[in-house]
Amino acid sequence: MQIKTMATYAANGETPEILFWVGCAGSFDQRAQKITKAFATILDKTGVQFAILGKEESCTGDPARRAGNEFIFQMMAQNNIQLLNMYGVKKIVTACPHCFNILKNEYPALGGNYEVIHHTTFLQSLIDEGKIKMKEGGTFKGKKITYHDSCYLGRGNGIYEAPRKVLETLDAELVEMKRCRSNGLCCGAGGAQMFKEEEKGTTRINFERGREAVDTGASVIAANCPFCMTMLTDGVKETGKEDEVKVLDIAELIAMNME
Amino acid sequence: MRIVQELLFIIAFGVAVYLFSTKVRQIRRNILLGRDKDLNDHPDLRWKNVLLLAFGQKKMFRNPLVAVLHFFVYAGFIIINLEILEIILDGILGTHRLFVPVLGALYPLLISAFEVLAVLVTLGCAIFLIRRNILKLRRFISKDLNGWPRSDANYILITEIVLMLLFLTMNTADQQMQLRGSEHYIATGHFLVSGNLSAIFSHLSDGTLIAIERTCWWLHILGILAFLNYLPYSKHLHIILAFPNAYYANLEPMGEMENMPAVQREVQLMLQPELAANEPAPESMPKFGAKDVFDLSWKNLLDAYSCTECGRCSAACPANLTGKALSPRKIMMDTRDRVEAVGRNINANKTFTDDGKTLLRDYITEEELRACTTCNACVQECPVSISPLDIILQLRRHLVMEESSAPGEWTGMFSNIENNMAPWKFSMDDRDKWATEMNQ
Repeated sequence: MQIKTMATYAANGETPEILFWVGCAGSFDQRAQKITKAFATILDKTGVQFAILGKEESCTGDPARRAGNEFIFQMMAQNNIQLLNMYGVKKIVTACPHCFNILKNEYPALGGNYEVIHHTTFLQSLIDEGKIKMKEGGTFKGKKITYHDSCYLGRGNGIYEAPRKVLETLDAELVEMKRCRSNGLCCGAGGAQMFKEEEKGTTRINFERGREAVDTGASVIAANCPFCMTMLTDGVKETGKEDEVKVLDIAELIAMNME
Repeated sequence: MRIVQELLFIIAFGVAVYLFSTKVRQIRRNILLGRDKDLNDHPDLRWKNVLLLAFGQKKMFRNPLVAVLHFFVYAGFIIINLEILEIILDGILGTHRLFVPVLGALYPLLISAFEVLAVLVTLGCAIFLIRRNILKLRRFISKDLNGWPRSDANYILITEIVLMLLFLTMNTADQQMQLRGSEHYIATGHFLVSGNLSAIFSHLSDGTLIAIERTCWWLHILGILAFLNYLPYSKHLHIILAFPNAYYANLEPMGEMENMPAVQREVQLMLQPELAANEPAPESMPKFGAKDVFDLSWKNLLDAYSCTECGRCSAACPANLTGKALSPRKIMMDTRDRVEAVGRNINANKTFTDDGKTLLRDYITEEELRACTTCNACVQECPVSISPLDIILQLRRHLVMEESSAPGEWTGMFSNIENNMAPWKFSMDDRDKWATEMNQ
């Protein structure tokens, strides 16, 4: 596989169909890197012409903005927008709902206008176009999968169906948690909580959500966000069920099961 | 005698309307203490929200059983108030059931419908009292409501039950008097509820019946005028403000955070100094984020006055559910308490005189603000389009940008982003390491 950067395309006077915005978690976090690789593999296998920004990519500024530091957000955002506009980027796909939300909803006010797609929506369109074909009798056939709605994909942007439609192609039994869709319970990482210790309380948010997910009896918890991934993995560990219940990103589930 | 009653009524009515309008003007003034924000775009979408969220109570139907009960109380209370028009006119003119000759056969049908609604309102309020005081639902026993707010809720429900019972008793006495062919009690036809109850008064004398009917009439209308003046001091103000609050509801995706053009401009000048030449000097140092109610938008303050303290926000809040100090409902109650205190200060001193207090710290603590995951569950749940999150984020902006107050880990995260372009301390060179590994 040859993953090219925007700079390489630009040097050849070309523009790729779509930019894969990897995000900081997808780039640096060891667990999230696997999601990044799984999604890149799917893009490659389905013949999508894509590029990454590589070393030129920077944090979108999301955690700084949500923590209250608008200056750092503006610095990151304006630099990113200059770069994206210089490359003439029109379409962006990302596997992180925080990057998705901020690129889609908050960059336009600063002069960054792009069509931004979350990877679960992108996967659904690849499936609808027949570009992703599933293996007969795949790994998850008949198994129970529960889906965790991330806040920034679900409530934040009203995307509830696309990830579920993608999961349906796995021939698994989809079971919902009691708090799902617009009632979904946060994993505890948003609003820059990922980068600090939780405030004093009676329990941790991810323990609460982990327990709820494990209680469905599912053997797989499907996530769509690298931060939810970290939080839910720890939450499942707390219940002592980490051997029976795996937390996997939707891209990983598809990559494992496609022809 | 009749003229005395008419005079008394006109005085009571005039005083009630005067007091209410004075308080309403004060609340309007208080709301406008907030900073300006233009929310007049897309009137079509805004009216749609008024229809769906306010009139239709769409969000309430996330819990259908409670929604139906609440709808009875709401519809009953609004529709029965049509009857108030007749009562007021009767009071001023000294007439009895002025609309009977005008409406004819329609009159008993209307009153019958009002009576059925009155029964439903009574039933609904009784069930709500049971939910609050006997079933003790988590959101109703929360410490947010300790003291006045818990009594406030019960007073409202009890008052509504009493008003409905007065209305039904008045009609029952009236129906019995009609049966006796009393000249003053004009024949209206049969009322569905009170008509079937009138037999219970059959053993009473005419004098007693008239006394009951008149007492109920007076208590009912005086009760309504008193309730009108209770509203602005109570959480029950939502019955009015839910409508404008739905109109001014946020139309953007919930995930979007408000931009700060002042900071945008400053950073732009830093990154592209060539633009600075044409830049007019700023008139004053801009303030970042919100420390007190004056720094919040007027919509945030309208939100605070619209809050009915139902606690759906806090019941869904992941921080609150796991025992953190944060309660979105308390954020709204604190904001209203603070803006009310500021309003009283202005009433006493003509203009606001520094009282050494601010919304931040004297009402809302840093610990509460720091517990928020910005998950939007509170915004999603609110039946009357309130955003506690918007207030939380503005207070956080003040903490970080005006006071450099942030937990140590956040300060580290800020400097990592500034220096390494990522919230963690990784080398920029490793950002595409995963790709290099795949390319091999």
